Amino acid sequence: MRNILLTIAAAVTISASAQETVLPAKPQTGTMYITNAIIHVGNGKVIENGTIKVKDGKIEEVGANIQVPAGATVTDVKGKHVYPGLILPTSTLGLNEIGAVRASQDYRELGDMNPNVRALVAYNTDSKVINTLRSNGILLANVVPQGNFVAGASSVVQLDAWNWEDAAYKTDAGMHVYFPTLMPRPNFGRFGGGGGAGGPQAPQTDPVKEGLDKIEGLKIFMREAKAYNALSTHEESNLKFEAVKGLFNKSQKFYVHANTAKQILAALDFVKEFGFDMVIVGGSESYQVADLLKKHNVSVILQQPHSLPTMADDDVDQPYKNAAALQKAGVLFAISDDDGQTRGRNLPFNAGTAAAYGLSKEDALAAITLNPAKIMGVADKTGSIEPGKDANIVVSDGDILDMRTSNVTDAFIQGRKIDLTDKHKLLNERFEQKYDLKPAKKGF
Amino acid sequence: MLAGTVAFMALSVLSFAQPTFPENGVADPRHGYYAFTNATLVKDASTTITNATLVIKDGRIVSAGQALPVPPGAVEVNCKGKYLYPSFIDIYADYGINQPQRPAGAGQFNFQQQPQLESAAKGPYGWNQAIKSDADAFRVFIVDDAKAKPLREAGFGAVLTHIRDGVARGTGAVVSLANEKENLVIIKDRASAHYSFNKGTSGQSYPGSMMGYIALLRQTYLDAQWYKNKPPKEGFNLSLKAWNETQDLPQVFEANDKWNDLRADRIGDEFGVQYIIKGGQNEYQRIKDMKESNATFILPLNFPLAQDVEDPNDAQFVSLSDMKHWEMAPANTAAFEKAGIPFCLTTADLRSVNQFWSSLRKAMEYGLSESKAMEALTKTPAVTLGIYDKVGSLEPGKLANFLITNGPIFNEKTIILQNWVQGMKYTVKEDAASVAGTYALTVNGPAGKEDYTLDVKNASTITMFAKDTVNAKFSFDGKQVKITYAPATKRQRGGAAMPGDSTRRMGGPGGFNRGGGQMEQPLPATATRLNGMDNGTEWNGTGTDSLGNPLTWTATLVKLAEPKMDSAVKKPVPDVGKVIYPFQPFGWNETQQPKQETILIKNATVWTNEKEGVLQNADVLIKNGKIAAVGKNLSDPSARIIDGTGKHVTPGIIDEHSHIAAASINEGAQSVTSEVRITDNLNPDDVNIYRQLSGGVTTSHILHGSANVIGGQTQLIKLRWGANAEDLKFKGSAGFIKFALGENVKRSAFTGGNNRYPDTRMGVEQVLVDAFTRAKDYQREWNEYNAVKEKLVKEKKSTASLVPPRRDLELDALVEILEKKRFITCHSYVQSEINAAMEVANKMGYTVNTFTHILEGYKVADKMLKHGSYASTFSDWWAYKMEVEDAIPYNAAIMQKVGLTVAINSDDAEMARRLNQEAAKIVKYGGVTEEEALKMVTLNPAKMLHVDDKVGSLKPGKDGDVVLWSDHPLSIYAKSLYTIVDGTIYFDRAKDDQMQKEVDAERLRLVRKMNGEKRSGAPTTPAQPSYQLMHTCSEHGHSHGLLVIDADDISND
Repeated sequence: MRNILLTIAAAVTISASAQETVLPAKPQTGTMYITNAIIHVGNGKVIENGTIKVKDGKIEEVGANIQVPAGATVTDVKGKHVYPGLILPTSTLGLNEIGAVRASQDYRELGDMNPNVRALVAYNTDSKVINTLRSNGILLANVVPQGNFVAGASSVVQLDAWNWEDAAYKTDAGMHVYFPTLMPRPNFGRFGGGGGAGGPQAPQTDPVKEGLDKIEGLKIFMREAKAYNALSTHEESNLKFEAVKGLFNKSQKFYVHANTAKQILAALDFVKEFGFDMVIVGGSESYQVADLLKKHNVSVILQQPHSLPTMADDDVDQPYKNAAALQKAGVLFAISDDDGQTRGRNLPFNAGTAAAYGLSKEDALAAITLNPAKIMGVADKTGSIEPGKDANIVVSDGDILDMRTSNVTDAFIQGRKIDLTDKHKLLNERFEQKYDLKPAKKGF
Repeated sequence: MLAGTVAFMALSVLSFAQPTFPENGVADPRHGYYAFTNATLVKDASTTITNATLVIKDGRIVSAGQALPVPPGAVEVNCKGKYLYPSFIDIYADYGINQPQRPAGAGQFNFQQQPQLESAAKGPYGWNQAIKSDADAFRVFIVDDAKAKPLREAGFGAVLTHIRDGVARGTGAVVSLANEKENLVIIKDRASAHYSFNKGTSGQSYPGSMMGYIALLRQTYLDAQWYKNKPPKEGFNLSLKAWNETQDLPQVFEANDKWNDLRADRIGDEFGVQYIIKGGQNEYQRIKDMKESNATFILPLNFPLAQDVEDPNDAQFVSLSDMKHWEMAPANTAAFEKAGIPFCLTTADLRSVNQFWSSLRKAMEYGLSESKAMEALTKTPAVTLGIYDKVGSLEPGKLANFLITNGPIFNEKTIILQNWVQGMKYTVKEDAASVAGTYALTVNGPAGKEDYTLDVKNASTITMFAKDTVNAKFSFDGKQVKITYAPATKRQRGGAAMPGDSTRRMGGPGGFNRGGGQMEQPLPATATRLNGMDNGTEWNGTGTDSLGNPLTWTATLVKLAEPKMDSAVKKPVPDVGKVIYPFQPFGWNETQQPKQETILIKNATVWTNEKEGVLQNADVLIKNGKIAAVGKNLSDPSARIIDGTGKHVTPGIIDEHSHIAAASINEGAQSVTSEVRITDNLNPDDVNIYRQLSGGVTTSHILHGSANVIGGQTQLIKLRWGANAEDLKFKGSAGFIKFALGENVKRSAFTGGNNRYPDTRMGVEQVLVDAFTRAKDYQREWNEYNAVKEKLVKEKKSTASLVPPRRDLELDALVEILEKKRFITCHSYVQSEINAAMEVANKMGYTVNTFTHILEGYKVADKMLKHGSYASTFSDWWAYKMEVEDAIPYNAAIMQKVGLTVAINSDDAEMARRLNQEAAKIVKYGGVTEEEALKMVTLNPAKMLHVDDKVGSLKPGKDGDVVLWSDHPLSIYAKSLYTIVDGTIYFDRAKDDQMQKEVDAERLRLVRKMNGEKRSGAPTTPAQPSYQLMHTCSEHGHSHGLLVIDADDISND
């Protein structure tokens, strides 16, 4: 990191409030070796003192006994930990610059039925947030629209690009539905349990029924879309039907944003009737139906393990333990970080917490690498350090899942060594100069 | 009934005449002069007189005693077998008052609508629309017999009624429930003064929080006192005048909840007022505190219904505390009785007055005694209001308000027959039951006389026979008698089923038999019908026989049935589990209360935060709540030994910026609210206290939010899970106050267009300048006053003519800042506002003790150092709002390197339990040492909170606030195994597992019990998820799960 910082020192003196000088890296050509690495493959395996051979952006070989020819391009990582590029599985990255500034937000369209809306086209590769994620090892993200109900299509992007077309890693790969809560609404004025003023009162309307009706409406839409898409020509085109075509041939995943068992049970209809590849996003209560999820091959993205338990009655560490429960049941799951204050940079630490509460460290790593790659349909290209995949690789001084040891020193996207400068490092440099401070040293 | 006389005694349909009212017709003066004889008279809850006589005249009791003679001129009413009781009193009714309704959305202060900053009341009122001290119930009271009737039928004779609107609600009136002119019904016009934590119809934004309610009441007490000197500047203030005029009345406070009860009581204590507290249902959860309030309570009887939790997916979201409360609430009154706390009962809060008796019986089933129930409905309310000379017992001179019942009043089968109010009789129910007995019936038909014997069981059941039993139906309504009969069939007589019998057909072979009793057989159309009247000694009537011939008949009583005693065996009081402290999962019952221990942690890595640094293989001894020793090879024979091998010991974590454990956080209705205090509304029931203990936190600084420039006074607490509000406080800690700058105080997130000054950072600076300018003037005014007073005292001259300045709670707090008795923690982000805040402080002569959040502190760290501030920040938050665009995770490290004392805070109930990890990030970003990083969540916050002499490091003599970690304390893999506060283990990870199992088992038990309730046919309500209200700094962007509602998203009311 020091070297990188020195090379951009000139830039620092010009402008520290921006990262205009951080350029996307050029395509990697030829052969390159990363040596002396503790390789965390992403699939549970660890190779001590390993070497990775990269050619034209792809991983060609991985192992402990790879010969490095003299004169080859080598990055000797000297016993550091090497990981697959981390993947942020749900994010408004590039769609939301400043949380409270409406003008900077492009993630939520009007209306209930927006299957035709595409997050990718609003993805801003110049968002200042992107580079802060790369600094913690996150090299890919699923850019997801939000909405009232059917919110639109997500795309997977790689985080080193000139524009969204360059960034696209898998386009329109997911269709996102935000399920109604299927839960009675709160009685305002009565909180905290234990019987303050007044008691529970019957809700005015039945939100469960309203919600189920809404879901039923989506099923009707899907039936009509299926019939429509079975025909090759139409008198009148329907953009919304066409937008969900990929769900029926499984080229598109069906993401249901839901938390409760009731919501998840209602969502199973879409697997049973339409055969969709379904992913539950959120899943705070998914541990309660883990066996059913396994049975129906439904995967889960745990949105934010750094959360409070749903109920006061729950295990105080329940959100930390959800991942281990899903792992135990054999459910394919990923961990995400959608914290609005830190903007996804703590993804590895959310996984680290899962490791502290029952997952093995390598399984926790898989939850932010290979598992999300599988869920998002990009496991053929990324998610693990295995031959044939893109060389999306992160190097850290120590355990990347623990903030105490995580320090990302190098990162490669498609074999391209990317610039790990970010706005925060630049501002740090600027003010270290103001106060004549010695540059920051690591504490270990 | 034939023997009794109560039922047919002439009912007076006329009122007592009012002398001033002209009579349209001929005068008919009456005195309602009656003597009720041979009664069992319950004079009061503790005195019962048998064979008693009660004499009433002109609506009052003349005499009451054993076997008194009937005075000449009085009408005798023989009450043999009857009971007389004083009519009940409800001192929390709203009878006869048209209650004002609040327009939807009015008075809210939130991010969705424009606030009403000033009072909309027209007239010479005070500044706050919610102070309606000038209201008088008697002026608007109107007799409403439709409302009075159900109350009378429930046994009530008099009520205290008031206008339920506002924080101060003016006076209540005692009225009887007689259906007479208001002139006669109003027993006491100004009987009480009323208060609440509910601004009612006031649309004014202030108060917008529980803290604000308390501050408004406190300030009004002070203002009213000051107003007695007739300050010319104030002019005529009707609200304060009326306030002063009603202070001598009994003061009634509607609090409705255990913590609010205590909050109200504390206000009263400050101003020498003992409120009568209208409680809720949950006081049993803190009954000792209720006792210590010394208040008399008014308790409602509305108990929660069982929830329909058959669907486990619904049951899941109903909390243990809600279910436990459902189970225990009916025992609330019994808890008061057991604790010896005086209380009255009220019909208030019941969905309908008709539920009164079933609810009262439930309370009694759950342990409320009969004598206490009687007292709570008669003497206690009367004594409480000072009207025991008028109502509440059956004694000469009191109002003739009494009940006539056919048995002891609390027996299941007893009926209230009549409720006499002010000497006027109101029939509740005819005594149809006392008709029971044997009668000789003679029917005179064309064929001559037929004699029957009637065995009357009750008003609708009869056995009638001559030689054989006759098939008969009977009804008696207290006056009219109906008998229909026909000869019985053979089967009925013999009981043997005949071939082709309908019963057999219905059931089929081997089918059901409806039991061995007499069959209810439909009577043929040709049955003989008798109708008649009860004439006191016999029944006489007419009828029609089976052929249509007219009949006459007479029935004479042979023998009254022996009255049946209430045979119901008193059911044992149901087992309702134990009260837990707090009333939340993971709360402890009295036998499990965590106790202070002598604890010796052996052979651990010890992070002392002292010059000794990190000690390997060291011991820590905690004794008498303090750190006793830190070092090697310590021993103490009395100590509980905890093996620390491979583990780490640190001081307890201190969170400089937290919003847990409070009923409200933001009083944002004004830009300066230094008068409000978090300490007034601590909420010890917040489960986040326990959750944060699980993350090693022992001390939290509970801050006012950031809705306004000068927010409220803060409170430092220790996380003593289960303690009450008072015992949560960090004793001996300095006072702090929250300030805020920037986007929140200029309401940038507000979608409706801000109308509250300020709207820019320019205005923010001026709010500060203005507030401290006013504070200085105020300080000078008081100093001058005190100097003059001192001089007069010295010269031994009278100070009587000296008028003190108005006490202003808002400015008091600011003067404390100027006098360095109170310290500021200032929410701030960008360099311009930080510099401006320091410049104002320098000019005004105070210091900004702490800049909190301070994400651009790194830009002006040198200036902050020079000013003498501390910095409390987040590790890596940014980009959630415009003013944190330049926030960087290197901020803390830069400030620390420049020389500032830096803390990492949470501002978030979730992150607070990972503050050790947040500190670790300062090593990652910025490279401070691990020891320095740990200090950022322990010793450094202790320093900036001025409690580093007590907490923050492991030094002998400091508080025993210690955490034992499973791993390196800055590692994500570290978990708190023990979190110890004052030498008491409040979190024990091994025990937590056990408690979780207990919570699950208790939930299961309660879900089953609720399901049983549903299956038994009891009414249930749909399962209601137990939503939790969470208070935040107004930063938004946090999400805390399905059931958490951000307080900012709803009315702050």
